[in-house]
Amino acid sequence: MRCMSFAKRNAKEIIRDPINVFFGLGFPLVILFLLSAIQANIPVSLFEINRLAPGISVFGLSFVSLFSGTLIAKDKTSSYMLRLLASPLTSADFIIGYTLPLLPMAILQSAVCFIVSFFLGLTINLNVLLALVILLLTNVFFIGTGLLAGSIFNDKQVGGVCGALLTNLTAWLSGTWFDLDLVGGAFKTAAYLMTFVHSVNAARAAIDGDYASIFPDLWWVIGYAILIIIIAIYVFKSKMKSENI
Amino acid sequence: MTAIETIDLTKKFKNKTAVNKLNLLVEQGELFALLGVNGAGKTTTIKMLSCLITPTSGDAILLGESVTNNPQAVKENVNVSPQETAVARNLTVKENLELTAEIYGFGRKVSKQKTEEMLLAFGLEEIANDKAKTLSGGMQRRLSITMALISDPKILFLDEPTLGLDVLARRELWSAIKKLKGKITVILTTHYMEEAETLSDRIGVMVKGELKAVGTAKDLIEKTGVKTFEDAFVALATETEAEK
Repeated sequence: MRCMSFAKRNAKEIIRDPINVFFGLGFPLVILFLLSAIQANIPVSLFEINRLAPGISVFGLSFVSLFSGTLIAKDKTSSYMLRLLASPLTSADFIIGYTLPLLPMAILQSAVCFIVSFFLGLTINLNVLLALVILLLTNVFFIGTGLLAGSIFNDKQVGGVCGALLTNLTAWLSGTWFDLDLVGGAFKTAAYLMTFVHSVNAARAAIDGDYASIFPDLWWVIGYAILIIIIAIYVFKSKMKSENI
Repeated sequence: MTAIETIDLTKKFKNKTAVNKLNLLVEQGELFALLGVNGAGKTTTIKMLSCLITPTSGDAILLGESVTNNPQAVKENVNVSPQETAVARNLTVKENLELTAEIYGFGRKVSKQKTEEMLLAFGLEEIANDKAKTLSGGMQRRLSITMALISDPKILFLDEPTLGLDVLARRELWSAIKKLKGKITVILTTHYMEEAETLSDRIGVMVKGELKAVGTAKDLIEKTGVKTFEDAFVALATETEAEK
């Protein structure tokens, strides 16, 4: 009950910030429209909607880290955190309260991205639901990253780390904007050591109905999600105990 | 009955001792003011008593529960209005109050009912649906204190509650705080001598982390042999320096 009330508050804080709504929903859709328009006017297949929609969804999810990280960092530097820490809320209440609202937001974000993609030519079938499940696992990684960044940095630093660095890493290393094979070498190797391209590839495989190709990539997604969540929870709890949060 | 008992309560930050072996008894229903210049240890004391920071040594017993051994039980009985206004900025006044009640374990229905009562009692009903960030400093502070009271705390910590408020807003808050006297135990820190003198049953003067003197305003005036309470405070606060 306590954690649910706190989660509700956090959801309201995020939704009522117009910048969050713009970057969470508006910006990825603008990119989706823009790249689809480019595709319509070039003779080669660069941004086909079946490949583009999962990539833009993963890119959109990267803003989840910014939402949660900023909220935690802002709370941390305000007296409101003192009120919360003096209350009977436990560490588990805090972690659930900060992370839970982001799950439905992420589902909504990806769903909107796919619905818009339907109008741009994405095939409507049940595979899209499977892609949504895969993206939800991807979202766990971004939620964990937000929790970690919010625990360590102040809100301005979170803006730099999650708003600039993470979104750019997601964009460049996910294979959404360009085929990583075109660059190859160390860049491609580095990209495949991160989770982003695996998230996009797993979601693309789901969309294409190529179920056998989902799992090699999905293991990376699950592994990264578990790893970052464990680190984030450990750091968050340590920060609470160290009286610095 | 004793509401708060501190036993050699000490807090050190690296090499600096913020609070040194504080021994204090506060009775239930008492309004106790902690006075001291900046860095005297008032806020650190409140943070230890409200389980925001852990004492380096010693202990404090609040209504039979230890801040070191059972902080969760202590938290159920206390609430805090921090030095700066502590509200959720994007939530309305009503939502802030309901959330606080729910965090302290009240069900949704009871929380709504208590919120309506508090809105009326503290004159917040006209701005109930306004977002906290749109309120004036005085109204935000009033909301912050109302949030501290909605949980029905047995002990309330008010850390410089009227800091930065204009005279009218300050007087309004004084009136609200006076109504609490005898009902709940209140620990108040302040820099304003008049505030401590007007509101409190007893006053403790902290100097460099130590409790220098405790008593009523009248006691402290008599003890220092001066005419006003402000003079008494200055005498006590500078005594240590003079002794050196």
